[in-house]
Amino acid sequence: MEKNPDKKHPGGVSRRDFIKGMGTGALGTAVLPPLLGQTIATRKGRVPVYDKKTITLTVNGKKASLTVEPNETLLDVLRDRLDLAGTKKICDRGECGGCTVLLDRAPVYACMYLAIRADGKAVKTVEGLAEGEKLHPVQEAFIEKDGYQCGFCTPGFLMTTSAFLEKNPAPSLDEIKQALSGNLCRCGNYAKIYGAVDAAARKMRGA
Amino acid sequence: MREFKIAQPRTADELAALLAETKEPVAMMAGGTDLIDELKSGVATAGLVADLQAVAGLAGIVPEKEGLRIGAMTKVVDLDEDAAVARNYPSLRQAARSLATPQLRNVGTVGGNLCQRPRCWYYRDPQVVCRKKGGFNCYAFQGRNKYHAIFGGSGCFIVYPSDLAPALISLGAKATIGSVKGDKVVPLEQFYALPEIDGRRENILDKGQFLKSVWVPAPKAGQKAVYVKLKERGTWDFALVSAAVTGVVQGGVFAEISVVMGGVAPIPWRLRKAEDVLRGKPVSEALVRQAVDEALKDASPLRENGYKADLAFAALKEAVLAAAA
Repeated sequence: MEKNPDKKHPGGVSRRDFIKGMGTGALGTAVLPPLLGQTIATRKGRVPVYDKKTITLTVNGKKASLTVEPNETLLDVLRDRLDLAGTKKICDRGECGGCTVLLDRAPVYACMYLAIRADGKAVKTVEGLAEGEKLHPVQEAFIEKDGYQCGFCTPGFLMTTSAFLEKNPAPSLDEIKQALSGNLCRCGNYAKIYGAVDAAARKMRGA
Repeated sequence: MREFKIAQPRTADELAALLAETKEPVAMMAGGTDLIDELKSGVATAGLVADLQAVAGLAGIVPEKEGLRIGAMTKVVDLDEDAAVARNYPSLRQAARSLATPQLRNVGTVGGNLCQRPRCWYYRDPQVVCRKKGGFNCYAFQGRNKYHAIFGGSGCFIVYPSDLAPALISLGAKATIGSVKGDKVVPLEQFYALPEIDGRRENILDKGQFLKSVWVPAPKAGQKAVYVKLKERGTWDFALVSAAVTGVVQGGVFAEISVVMGGVAPIPWRLRKAEDVLRGKPVSEALVRQAVDEALKDASPLRENGYKADLAFAALKEAVLAAAA
């Protein structure tokens, strides 16, 4: 790819402009608006474009502000930048569900979501499920019903289940299977996982 | 993933201007669930990604006087959970519900699903430079082609993987394409283009154009619409063969019918010959057999995908009998 597009054509961002912008940006990141990018001039106005962007996430209820590059996934940012390694990187291709987190309360694959696009959103990871020492009912149920074997896929299953039961407090077995269809367990412990989800549903609705 | 810059236009006008005026290739990211995979594997490369997430007015399901407008950035989960869709377009809901997983439906969009790239394993292999990537050969033609096209392949034998496209085309949907020249409306059926027109893309979008929304006409009195998807796994799978049927049944016969199949051709495949057989005659399994046989006269199965002819009958039988019931 052309690294230094010609400054004259309207669709490019010159590296020189970018570095100039960085000079002030880097000195004043604490006080200046978090705009580490530039804009591309078009006939319809200037379109923001970023090599880096300072984003703010609410992670497990706490605000976190950090500068990310466009090719960083939410998964890598959570694990490597915010030290939240409970979210697992298994396939890294949106095929296994091990990295499932809640983004504005909806389960998503963190490996297939760019961190830069999560700016301003609320993220919940497995670390945010328990309240202090008090486990979430879904966690309790997975322990009681042996809803895991090696446990590596479990954080993903817990996140998917917790969001699913908020939407559907009394699911049928078929609905449980459909809801968990985006999470894979290589140990093949599905029967007990479904039992754990059913037990968690009963706990959560006090039945 | 290699490094790239990301542009975040805020209006459709800004997006159109960006696409028209930027000289380097721009990759559009709707939900990103497929594009990120391509960027990670290296099948797609982009110096500049246009993030459509913040573009105002591209998301949402809006009832209009004579139909329903679905913005390109509407999430698949919202289509699945929309009351008007469930009431008036059951086949569209069945298609939305059948695709991918809850996690992907929470991020993936209608426009992204309609513009997704094929699943062909030769195309998805970054080492292989096939016809779709500007090379000379289709490696599936004489290679492993269990999942490939039985209709419409010429030089490239991918199948179009979208579930929403067959359902929408069968419902008579139209696509609105945006660009700096203003909006253009085409029947969704004509939004897709066979490899013989351009082997490198699956639709008619030129540089500078983007899919803005789809519009589905209000259902006719007595309209029935069914989507049947046959796949290898129980969930989370692309269709081996799918059938979308929309029809109006009067006195046990289809007064009107439209049949579109997925998983059989490089584009969503309209079976007009089958429609002609099914229209105006008492519905029965034998009639469906006759309709499929007529349609299959155009088929040229490859070495490993002849079974799709049987699945086409099975999918169409299930869809037609359910619509006629």
